[in-house]
Amino acid sequence: MINIKSNAASVEFRNVTKIYNKGAKPAVDGVSLTVEAGKLVTLLGPSGCGKTTTLRMIAGLELPTSGQILIGGQDVTLLPATDRDVSMVFQSYALFPHMTVSENVEYGLKFSGFDKKTATEKARAGLELVGLAGFGDRLPSQLSGGQQQRVAVARALVLEPQVLLFDEPLSNLDAKLRRRVREEIREIQQNLGLTVVYVTHDQEEALAVSDRIIVMNNAVIAQDGTPRDLYDKPASAFVADFIGEANLFDCEVMAVDKGVATVKLGPATLKLPAGEHGPGKARLAARPTRLELVKAGGAGTLPGVLERVTYVGSDLELVVKTDLGEVFIVSPDVDAPYAAGQKVGVRFPDKGPVLVKG
Amino acid sequence: MRVDRNAAAWHPTVALWTTVGLVGFCLLPWYGLRDNFFLFGWLLDGYPLNENVAPALFLNLQGLKMWLAPMGLLLLTPFLLWGRKKSDPFFGNVLIAAGAAGLFYLLFQGFGIGLRGWNWDWANAVFGTLDDRQFGMGWGAVLAASAFLFLFTTGLAAKGAVGGDEFVVGSIGFIVAVVGVFIFMPILQMLASAVIAQDGTVSFAIFFEKFLSDRIWGLGCMTGGPRCGAAWNSLFLAILVGLITTVLGLIFALMVTRTGFRFGQAVRAMTVLPIITPPFVIGLAIILLFGLSGIVTQGLDALFGITPTRWIYGLPGLLMAQVLAFTPIAFLVMIGVVEGVSPSMEEAAQTLRASRWETFRTVSLPLMRPGLANAFLLGFIESMADFGNPLVLGGNFDVLSTEIFFAIVGAQYDQAQAAILAIVLLFFTLGAFYAQRFWLGKKSYTTVTGKGDAGVHPHLPTGLRNAVFGIVIFWTAFTILIYATIVYGSFVKLWGVDFSLTFDHYFKAFSIGWNEFGIHWRGSAWSSFWTTIQIALISAPLTAAMGLITAYLLVRQSFAGKEAFEFGTMLSFAIPGTVIGVSYVIAFNVPPIELTGTGLILVLSFIFRNMPVGVRAGIASMSQLDKSLDESSLTLGANTFQTFRKVMLPLLRPAILAALVYSFVRAMTAISAIIFLVSARYDMSTSYIVGRVENNEYGIAIAYSTVLIFVMLLAIGLMQLLVGSRRIGRRGVDQSTAGAPATAAGAG
Repeated sequence: MINIKSNAASVEFRNVTKIYNKGAKPAVDGVSLTVEAGKLVTLLGPSGCGKTTTLRMIAGLELPTSGQILIGGQDVTLLPATDRDVSMVFQSYALFPHMTVSENVEYGLKFSGFDKKTATEKARAGLELVGLAGFGDRLPSQLSGGQQQRVAVARALVLEPQVLLFDEPLSNLDAKLRRRVREEIREIQQNLGLTVVYVTHDQEEALAVSDRIIVMNNAVIAQDGTPRDLYDKPASAFVADFIGEANLFDCEVMAVDKGVATVKLGPATLKLPAGEHGPGKARLAARPTRLELVKAGGAGTLPGVLERVTYVGSDLELVVKTDLGEVFIVSPDVDAPYAAGQKVGVRFPDKGPVLVKG
Repeated sequence: MRVDRNAAAWHPTVALWTTVGLVGFCLLPWYGLRDNFFLFGWLLDGYPLNENVAPALFLNLQGLKMWLAPMGLLLLTPFLLWGRKKSDPFFGNVLIAAGAAGLFYLLFQGFGIGLRGWNWDWANAVFGTLDDRQFGMGWGAVLAASAFLFLFTTGLAAKGAVGGDEFVVGSIGFIVAVVGVFIFMPILQMLASAVIAQDGTVSFAIFFEKFLSDRIWGLGCMTGGPRCGAAWNSLFLAILVGLITTVLGLIFALMVTRTGFRFGQAVRAMTVLPIITPPFVIGLAIILLFGLSGIVTQGLDALFGITPTRWIYGLPGLLMAQVLAFTPIAFLVMIGVVEGVSPSMEEAAQTLRASRWETFRTVSLPLMRPGLANAFLLGFIESMADFGNPLVLGGNFDVLSTEIFFAIVGAQYDQAQAAILAIVLLFFTLGAFYAQRFWLGKKSYTTVTGKGDAGVHPHLPTGLRNAVFGIVIFWTAFTILIYATIVYGSFVKLWGVDFSLTFDHYFKAFSIGWNEFGIHWRGSAWSSFWTTIQIALISAPLTAAMGLITAYLLVRQSFAGKEAFEFGTMLSFAIPGTVIGVSYVIAFNVPPIELTGTGLILVLSFIFRNMPVGVRAGIASMSQLDKSLDESSLTLGANTFQTFRKVMLPLLRPAILAALVYSFVRAMTAISAIIFLVSARYDMSTSYIVGRVENNEYGIAIAYSTVLIFVMLLAIGLMQLLVGSRRIGRRGVDQSTAGAPATAAGAG
């Protein structure tokens, strides 16, 4: 029995820049990053942020304008895609329509120097791994979208690549299937201990599958951290807003003492981890679930008027109009008797709100 | 895990081309491609020592033609790269230096030393007179040249050109080299020969005298004189043909898409007519109808006593023949444009209270403007380049394409005159070609997007529709009459004199007998018929291959100078066949490339005349293949060449077949270029037929044309069958590729 092994290796970018046309804005601008072996790292960002270009440079489909790319500690900057030990699952799956499923899976094995028999056995093992044993003789067009996606994964997996790349692999699937396939991908990655770099613009997907997320914006890295870090401690207003929803407030840091900042926000005064912030103007991000709605007039609360109350089943979504702008709050207490026009107060808990840049 | 491709001590591509070059230098005859191209007779002619068939190495060892020796040494330099990696800067530098030096030296000695020693006076002065001579290049020189070329491109790839891909750089180098040698070089040599007088001296005075002569630019006919210059005639005819075919093409397209007409498929089928009909056949049919002994002329004489005249010879006949021949091409252009106008635009106009006529006038027609320009310019270029119809129908109405022919073939044999006429013709067609690119390059009227556009084209206003029907019915009836005349005429004993039916003409041309060796092809047409089939069969796959590789480079690769590359490869589309013919005669009659009188020169002229067709077919179908297919193949470890072969080619099969059959058929019907290039041994059907027409043997000419038309109908039918059946099998394929969104590079 032939098994699919892992040859996981790390990926490192050293100050990599990619400029497509001379004089144009860089698509990727001086990016340095590291992906440890055996980890699943997601590149997340809005369209045009440079995440796909970054992925294609790992694959060797684009060569960087400057900088260095290392895979498994070896410099591969100028190595073309053919010679890199990297496989990729494409957004469109890119299954060869004139070959059967097993021919598709065997395709890369043939060029990797395996004899026919080993290639066939490896291909069968790969198809078994993704739950498609017995589909080998079909044409890609005779499979459903989810099955095609799994063939594309098997085709990339059987090469036992140092790095496996996914370019928005779920964007052509319907919502229900998306959840299942992403769990399968995560499971295979963890069972085999693969190094995976995953591109998506869907923040929920990124939070669900990743060991680490690299958020990109305007050709540079906006933040790099675990899903929890990104959600709870966004470094900038952009990240706070892009990952989940956030209320952003202008505030003022009054003093910083032993890493704790005293922040003045309207009538409220908060003690928050300062991070790199010094005294002066700053911005504060607070998740809708981390804000509390209390009775009007409480000390240290932000007074406001309830503008809208929306019942969405599991939660109540509330919009409060305050002097600092509209505040969006999600409350799990669906039975609370709120009504539009009511005077309320918004309380900021000690844990939750964070100071951000920009 | 990947196998390390760089494990070999000597880079495999370098090893391959070094070996090829050395085989060329040491083992194959250096000279004499003309006689030895397909045959191995040279093995018996005193090889390897006889001077005529000896490889360069053996010549040098005998102390002969020592100027070839440096190339042998240059072919040894790649051995310096033993054990070196491709990424080593030395690797690329050596290959670039050796390749460039080799190519340059090969061209230098090839053009420099000819049949009478040095070709250049300054070389005599610098190197002293040379008491030796050399002939055209042979297999050895060809292999050495390709070795130098590909060593050079491998060097460029090693230095990182086009992502360091040897296959891509090599292909670009190859296309540039062959297009340079077989399109640009002949054209340039022709331009140069325009200033060379009959006695061989360079004379601008004679050039200008000829260039500005009345034969070309005279305006005599405007002031009551007998004739105008050929340039004005050609221009006037081309503009008329362009206008009329465009209007007719538009009318046909409107009828098929906007009148609820039920026989649209039949009208579409008519677009194969100009492809399968040798160009002068329509002219022949018009003579049979309206010539001195034509049925219409004779009938009018008998019924109304109208005296037969030769009115059809000249502008009226030419106009009629060319409009009939080129309207289907205009239709082909216009149908795409008319269908391309998004129905929702027209529906929007109607909901904004425009009437059907106003909608047509203010929305539909303006959106078709690029198509109209395109169709006009196509008709213009085709008319300018047409050679067959003016030859049989021209009379005293001189046009450039036939004047070129008579300058070379006639009693005057004036190469400079032919070159000058060719320059004028080239100026007109290139001007039109450039105007078209300029005009269309700036504007975008595309209203069809990738999104589904559910809507129906509104029908034409009733009055317009009736006019359209009237014109179409008349045109169709006339076309049927033309083709019926041809078929019928092939069975008539002597047209205009004796209308009794006979098989004589077919018998004369295509009779088969038996003798002691088996089948005896007794008919007079067999020789040219088989030559034509053979040449067409050889050139079709080469044309298709060149076209597809070029299309692949244009669609899938980006490299510096791509625009110029595209322009260069599409240029031959705008060069009339007569110009290609003349320039080939001028360029390939003397060393270093001596090809006149061979079958090879016919094959080459077809390849480079028809290449743009293959390029377009390739571009059209390649743009429909998602780029991620290539990319996934690359990330799976296949290199560019393997990707091209395993992924692209199988998916392009319909395009390949179309290009194959189309270039086959074009090779069968072409006349303008090859009439200069045929020889007694390699005669082609069309030139044979034209010869019969010139001898007034209309019967055989028409019978032969009929046979050609049916042979080509058969070829087209076979293609339809093959391509059609493939499409059914690929239905699922089309869905999966069409459904895949294009991944734009750098997006996300």
